[in-house]
Amino acid sequence: MPDPTSPEAFDATDLPGAEQHPDGHRGSLGQTPSQTVGPFFGYALPYDGGPDVRAPWQSDAIRLHGIVFDGAGDPVPDAVIEIWGADASGRPSTERGAFDGDQHGFAGFGRAAVDRDGRYSFTTIKPGAMREGSAPYLLVAVFARGVLHHLFTRAYFGDEAEANAADPLLARVDESRRDTLVAAADAPGSYRFDVRLQGDGETVFLDYGTEV
Amino acid sequence: MHRPVPQPELTQQAITDEIAELHRHEGDAAASAGTPLAAHPRRDFAPYRSTTLRHPTHELVRADPEEIELVSPAFGHTDVSAEEGDLTIQHRGEPLGERIIVTGRVLDGDGRPVRNQLIEIWQANASGRYVHKRDQHPAPLDPNFTGVGRVITGDDGSYRLTTIKPGAYPWKNHRNAWRPAHIHFSFFGSAFTQRLITQMYFPGDPLFALDPIYQSIVDPAARERLVARYDHDVTEPEWALGYRWDVVLTGPKSTWMEPEDADHA
Repeated sequence: MPDPTSPEAFDATDLPGAEQHPDGHRGSLGQTPSQTVGPFFGYALPYDGGPDVRAPWQSDAIRLHGIVFDGAGDPVPDAVIEIWGADASGRPSTERGAFDGDQHGFAGFGRAAVDRDGRYSFTTIKPGAMREGSAPYLLVAVFARGVLHHLFTRAYFGDEAEANAADPLLARVDESRRDTLVAAADAPGSYRFDVRLQGDGETVFLDYGTEV
Repeated sequence: MHRPVPQPELTQQAITDEIAELHRHEGDAAASAGTPLAAHPRRDFAPYRSTTLRHPTHELVRADPEEIELVSPAFGHTDVSAEEGDLTIQHRGEPLGERIIVTGRVLDGDGRPVRNQLIEIWQANASGRYVHKRDQHPAPLDPNFTGVGRVITGDDGSYRLTTIKPGAYPWKNHRNAWRPAHIHFSFFGSAFTQRLITQMYFPGDPLFALDPIYQSIVDPAARERLVARYDHDVTEPEWALGYRWDVVLTGPKSTWMEPEDADHA
């Protein structure tokens, strides 16, 4: 039983999903289901500076860009991409103001709607590795009309071949699909990361134990 | 892969039958495997035709979350002003329609409040029209309603929004397809992997049974978690009707161990 004197303890029996657990114990609330972002998010979710996680004029700014494709190989014109990445030393930012971004700061979170041709582009910092033996990556979330539950993936960096070769997640992915997780260095400070929702070259999407 | 040909005569009955068949199939599969039905929708849910070319066909690969996946961006009161939680005061005049209050709590799977996190909403106006240039529904725009709001949850995970009840609207999934009235909600949890975008519905909507997006959630108990409950204690006299909607964002599991005989994905 939860400690009733704890400020975080309260009667959870009236909460969504609690009916599945008549004893009312904690750790049992039912997940609120996802629904598609739909086609009409364009006036709501994008915000000024959303794609500029790091101001483009900063010397450590890199570009991450690509195209979102559907299973027919056509660009998806109504997707929105979010990235969330650590700083250059591999630590997540705790700076507030992820929306109201400071040009000199780095809050680590970015959001970009794709254009009519399915293209998105961010500027950010190339993160450091977060763990010994892991390669650096940006976490990527993909939302779109027709995607009922967003998809997570990781963008590793093509110029980190040695670190990528040792990375535990990349090692678990079938070799023929591994490249879908690696953003190719296509210009100095620029990385190309296409997202293929289905079919040839389908991006490897990830489950963090939240696919309930 | 080929594109589905346009099916202008695809009827509601055909979609309803497809939904019933998928629900039956999922129910049988869960029963024979002895597993509960999933809370989240199937990404491959053909009655919602736009999923056809947009769902992955490979199994997702189980990933052990690293630090970035166990924390969330830090939003705060500098990101959102107090007025953004009231969608009825964003213009010179009052929007048309039924004024409502929507309130509730955002919690994790253990019942702990998700504190000081961002909620974003967007919605159609009372006539069922979005302020979006691709919305072609011939219903009137309301010059006094944009339909976009943001709020930061309190220390107890609570939020409160004032808005207008959105209208149902037609879409082109099949002939005579109509979406039940809904408000789009976006949530950040205490971990980025709790991220959720969903839709909140209103109780008693006759369109629920017909809607392939709502019905893409095959577990009826999970579907009901998207329906706000009318709460007369939230209703304010001479002002607005009140709805309560609590949201649960379950967390990433970091104790995952690779099984001995794991196949490569």
